[in-house]
Amino acid sequence: MNTLLNNLDLFTTGFRNTLILFVVSGIFALILGTIVATLRVSPIPAMRGAATLYINVVRNTPLTLVLFFFALGYPKLGLVEIDFMTAAIIGLSLYTATYVAEAVRSGINTVPVGQAEAARAIGLPFTQTLTLVVLPQAFRAVIPPMFSVFIALLKNTTVAAGFSVLEAGAIRSNLSERGEPAMAGLLWVALVFVLLVFILSFVQRKLEKKWKVAR
Amino acid sequence: MTIQASSDALVSLNGVNKHYGQLHVLKDINLQVKKGEVVVVIGPSGSGKSTLCRAINRLETIDTGVISIDGRKLPEEGKELATLRADVGMVFQSFNLFAHKTILENVTLGPIKVKKLDKATADKDAMALLERVGVGQQAPKMPAQLSGGQQQRVAIARALAMKPKVMLFDEPTSALDPEMINEVLDVMVQLAREGMTMIVVTHEMGFARKAADRVVFMADGQIVEDAKPEEFFTNPQSNRAKDFLSKLLTH
Repeated sequence: MNTLLNNLDLFTTGFRNTLILFVVSGIFALILGTIVATLRVSPIPAMRGAATLYINVVRNTPLTLVLFFFALGYPKLGLVEIDFMTAAIIGLSLYTATYVAEAVRSGINTVPVGQAEAARAIGLPFTQTLTLVVLPQAFRAVIPPMFSVFIALLKNTTVAAGFSVLEAGAIRSNLSERGEPAMAGLLWVALVFVLLVFILSFVQRKLEKKWKVAR
Repeated sequence: MTIQASSDALVSLNGVNKHYGQLHVLKDINLQVKKGEVVVVIGPSGSGKSTLCRAINRLETIDTGVISIDGRKLPEEGKELATLRADVGMVFQSFNLFAHKTILENVTLGPIKVKKLDKATADKDAMALLERVGVGQQAPKMPAQLSGGQQQRVAIARALAMKPKVMLFDEPTSALDPEMINEVLDVMVQLAREGMTMIVVTHEMGFARKAADRVVFMADGQIVEDAKPEEFFTNPQSNRAKDFLSKLLTH
């Protein structure tokens, strides 16, 4: 307990940055992933191709390499300068979006084709058929895998510790510098993660109940 | 390909052909439907009657030929097509009510999003339609809570909410339990009496006798006969139709 209380500043800063990484990357990944998923089911072959290429390239690359690229490779390109935190957010968003896209796509596949036909038949154009009829049902169908993606994202944020972002994964090394026992520090970090994931699982159960689609 | 004069036709198909790979599902179809006419399309399964019905609002594309609604050629995909579809009501075999929306929302979605009606007006119109098809009590429920017959009547109300010029029915009673078929047919007969232009693909010969102005008999992707119900049922001309009708009567 002393390890926690004596270093509360370290823990709060660490987990605050973890939450920022998680929430911001999560929102970007959700938006980007949904767009990519709809591109993958688009009637236009070029859009399908681009989305498939993106998913296959990024999803098949280890997260560490994606973050390496944004922390070390990107600055050498001489484009707009970004700090490590922004780099981590971009990397995590692009990486997680591929998983979101595949979850959403599997959800789209569960929506009977008649739903889209009925939407088109009342005169809804392609975009509205997607946003008003297909996607709402697709999301409802994939809440469990979607939350798995976000739980993975929450834990993946610790990889950013390796790239000079002071988040939860960096707490242990900072504790060591202060002469605290490493094992106690690690256990506290683990415990907070378990709690955070617990909250996510709770939200998941609530949403599953609320959004159940009866067929 | 013969292009008939079709100035007074609300729905007109001229020289329409469609293939699924090797299969020639629609063979040189010519069909004109006047305003207020009720045309029943019957035929053995696989004869192309559903495809014909779905081609009219371009849920199926065609290879050659021209389909026009109210004098306007069916547009390619895009905004224009969506606008035209709003004028063509469609009722499906499997109802296809939006599973995540209430009965009321199912009916108001089109008027609000496509016709840009305000919610209060759309709700009021929708309730009137739901009452008319006898499911007003069900308005706040979800589709899955309703029986098949009720769902299909909601689907008819949803199509009517767009104030369509023509209604297409693609085997509207084929997925229903026998005791629910009549409640749907009654609504359709009522609609026919009120002067709605209807194209109905069905196996319900009773409906054809009661409400149809014309019966179109299809077999192997072709229109084999096109006659008044009386004529068709009492004195079919082709062997295909005679054969089809004799099979129906023996059951």
